[in-house]
Amino acid sequence: MNPNKILRSAWEGLMLNKVRSFLTTLGVIIGVASVIIMLAVSAGTEAAIAEQINALGANLIIVSPARGVPGASRTLLIDDAYAIAEQVVGITGISAEQAPAAQTVKANDITLDSIAVVGTTAEFPEVRDYTVASGRYFDLGEDDRKAKVAVLGAGIATDLFGTNEPLGQTVTVGSTKLTIIGVMESKGMVADVDYDGRIYLPINLVFQKYMTVMTIGGDRVRTIYVKAESQEKISSIITQITTVLAERHDVDPTKPDFTVQTQQDIIATQEATTAAFRDLLAWVAGISLVVGGIGIMNIMLVSVTERTREIGLRQALGARPSDVLLQFLLEAVILSLAGGLVGIAAGVGGSYLFGALGTMQTAIVPASIPVAFGAAAIVGIFFGYYPATQAAKLDPIVALRHE
Amino acid sequence: MNSLIEIKELTKVYGEEEATVYALAGVDVQVKKGEFVAIMGPSGSGKSTLMNILGCLDRPSTGTYFLDGRDVSQLSKNQLAEVRNQKLGFIFQSFNLLPRLSALANVMLPMLYNPLDDIDDTEARSRAVDSLESVGLGARMHHRPNQLSGGQQQRVAIARALVNRPPLILADEPTGNLDSKSSLEIMDILQNLHSNGATIVMVTHEQDIAHRAERVICVKDGLILSDGHGGKNPCLGRKELQ
Ligand SMILES: Nc1ncnc2c1ncn2[C@@H]1O[C@H](COP(=O)(O)OP(=O)(O)OP(=O)(O)O)[C@@H](O)[C@H]1O
Ligand SMILES: [Mg+2]
Repeated sequence: MNPNKILRSAWEGLMLNKVRSFLTTLGVIIGVASVIIMLAVSAGTEAAIAEQINALGANLIIVSPARGVPGASRTLLIDDAYAIAEQVVGITGISAEQAPAAQTVKANDITLDSIAVVGTTAEFPEVRDYTVASGRYFDLGEDDRKAKVAVLGAGIATDLFGTNEPLGQTVTVGSTKLTIIGVMESKGMVADVDYDGRIYLPINLVFQKYMTVMTIGGDRVRTIYVKAESQEKISSIITQITTVLAERHDVDPTKPDFTVQTQQDIIATQEATTAAFRDLLAWVAGISLVVGGIGIMNIMLVSVTERTREIGLRQALGARPSDVLLQFLLEAVILSLAGGLVGIAAGVGGSYLFGALGTMQTAIVPASIPVAFGAAAIVGIFFGYYPATQAAKLDPIVALRHE
Repeated sequence: MNSLIEIKELTKVYGEEEATVYALAGVDVQVKKGEFVAIMGPSGSGKSTLMNILGCLDRPSTGTYFLDGRDVSQLSKNQLAEVRNQKLGFIFQSFNLLPRLSALANVMLPMLYNPLDDIDDTEARSRAVDSLESVGLGARMHHRPNQLSGGQQQRVAIARALVNRPPLILADEPTGNLDSKSSLEIMDILQNLHSNGATIVMVTHEQDIAHRAERVICVKDGLILSDGHGGKNPCLGRKELQ
């Protein structure tokens, strides 16, 4: 018999009990949706980590004022950065950074409002793996003498000068005229920071010109990035930094007014939040698919019993055992595939939803769709096979007499 | 060779040792093409057992069965299914229509299992329509079984039995569940089929129904008690043999 026709008669069999069919597939729906969300969460986490590394640079140690310690926001000073650079061994560079209020920027007869200004030390490009596209970054001497120079983010350079050469031109940031000595390469939006839309200035110039009396202590820094020579040196460097800063701040090293984090810490917290969720989803996916499969098997067994007479009649009319087997197997597979389709829709929707809710990043893995669909098909075939053999085994006379 | 059914020394044994039951204890029957045969006999005499074997739903314990020139007594399940589809049309006491399908879809069912797969959808449909019209149900083909009377349902079943144009129609008590008026309608249809050349074997308990057939076979205890035409048949006269 023609498989198309069997498919149609299997479909008709299912439409007989639409609600029951839907409820039966619920397990498969949840299972398939979980598979897709799980993979989307994994991919999203990986992307977030990659982005993190891209944003900060590799082998970084991040020193920042402790949150919640009174007065802590005033404790991390530029001299702390110099002290680390001098005393800690195993580092290739440090970059202290501070960001004053946004400024109005004028150049080439163009005015841009609210532009982010970042003060950095000279090693910023190397430490943060962020290279200069043209011109150069300011050096240590320029930083020390508060030279009136600026390096533009790629976007700002285009906004102000278009295709013209910005190097050597003057830019007015706030009320200070600066000479443009470099333009950074384009980096785009990374971890919610628009690197291209910022202007980079010597940190000491920023202290002098943009951190006014209002902002007490014109030499405090927001973050000190320390680049380690290698991954292995990181833990030793952390200990050294803690010792140096605790002594300078005169605090107990176990209760510091600063935090020393590595990228691994940041990545680990990121992974920890998603790993638990991912593991949960893996369990939900596995259990749902099995439960869904058993549900399908159960409903198919009920269906075989309910339709024993129908099976007997079909046999009397010429259905071979293999025709009956195929019909019931197809019913099970249609059930699970229908569940699979709904599950894929739910999984894709769910992934977007989890991503939008903000706690974790998700990225739908295209390959997860055929994988999930295949899983649904396997569930249907595996759990549908036994009921189908029960149907095919029926003796036509006995089946016809069944009431 | 115009013998459609040729059965020789057919037995069907159920159970073993003391519990052995000879449902059929050695039966010889020949049915020619175009005959209308009624099978009568008391309950438990083996009528249904015989019909099941004739219908290739069951295999005999011993003996041979030639259907339309082919020995079908030892065929495999798949081969039997094919024979049922191509050579036989069944009419059951309890109609056996699929309740969720329309009359038309029910009639199309046998073509679903056509082993040659040489009937396309359009043709299957038009054949089913023709078949329904031939039993006077052309106007009811989109009704479901529960929207039809018992007599109408049995007519759908007859249309289904005819649709693959089988050489043999088997009917096990086709009027057993019907009132006398519907029974007469069904018998009219069967007689009409017969006069158009169909071969029909029918089991019945009712004398007036059996009278409509041209030949009556009387079965008792798994054996043929008599086989003939006209009024001499013991099953037609004696109450205890019906
Ligand atoms: N599957 C079976 N197992 C054991 N014995 C059986 C089986 N089927 C039928 N029999 C026996 O075979 C004999 C013939 O049964 P059958 O059904 O052919 O009778 P019948 O003539 O059709 O009776 P009725 O008029 O009541 O339908 C009975 O004695 C019955 O008990
Ligand atoms: Mg019987």
